[in-house]
Amino acid sequence: MMAESLVGLVLVSHSRVLAEGTADLAREIGVGRIAVVPAGGDVDGGLGTSFEFVERAVEAADRGAGAVLIADIGSSVLTARTYIAETERSVRFADAPFVEGAVAAAAAAATGAGLDAVADAAREAYSHRKT
Amino acid sequence: MAESPGAFDAARAAAWITASARLIGGAADRLTELDTAIGDGDHGRNLTRGFAAAAEKADGADTPRGVLTGAGSALVSATGGASGPLFGTFLRRTAKALPDAPVVGPDDLADALAAGVAAVRELGGAADGDKTMVDALDPAVTALRGALAEGASLPAAVERAAEAARAGAEATIPLVAHKGRASYLGERSAGHEDPGAASTALLWSALAEATGADDG
Repeated sequence: MMAESLVGLVLVSHSRVLAEGTADLAREIGVGRIAVVPAGGDVDGGLGTSFEFVERAVEAADRGAGAVLIADIGSSVLTARTYIAETERSVRFADAPFVEGAVAAAAAAATGAGLDAVADAAREAYSHRKT
Repeated sequence: MAESPGAFDAARAAAWITASARLIGGAADRLTELDTAIGDGDHGRNLTRGFAAAAEKADGADTPRGVLTGAGSALVSATGGASGPLFGTFLRRTAKALPDAPVVGPDDLADALAAGVAAVRELGGAADGDKTMVDALDPAVTALRGALAEGASLPAAVERAAEAARAGAEATIPLVAHKGRASYLGERSAGHEDPGAASTALLWSALAEATGADDG
């Protein structure tokens, strides 16, 4: 399958480092086949969220099959959901744990799963127990 | 510029945003103090920045809908924190529900504000009494509609709404937070006014100022 037809991921975090680190991990799981784009921190480089960063990240992640957004907490969630409510693009917000959801979504997306299936994979990560 | 007291036009919409920027900027230290008690201490600074950006966009449109859409977009982009999406959504969804006309009547304005409140509820998922901005928004819209139904003028009805918003904000003091960072504090969040409700009350005071101004 061509890379262009795979669903992309956008990881929205208060922290640039957390977003980038989680994106590294998800890319590894996605065996380099999918676009995983971090949108972390505010425009001044501090902790926070930026609507512009989310917009730009989705533009980079959506290569034709749309993108799934996963957010960490608070304003990241609200910013991602506000973007989703306003955009014309094919996007889904996945209510998912940040790291586990990103990994699960990347694995699903790399298999060529569609938008809803990728978002579902991220949501199901809530049920992956550690004990 | 502005039409009769009952009318809400682009000039009054712009006046609402600039008055909001002034009131919120003036209360920034108090809002930050409230947010330091139960939040992450950035509310005053964030909202001041957001409304300053919104006020810069406030003169660029011919309809209340255009003014509030532009202001809401600026808030979403420039505010940072959870307040940007929430206040921006309130203004943008209020705008979207307004007739696309140069002047809108009191009932259309009240209905649109109610749509804005509903959008904030949907985005944030807050219920009444969760100690959020909804606790100021909801009583304000209810009071506005009630006053208009009783035949009050728009300035009088918005003044009642602003009083209800202030009372709603103060009523968040004993509440335990169920949304946002304050919810992690559990019972310890009680005893502090919710900063989002406090700034929301200022927004309604600004609307009262804008609808009541120069109507002699």
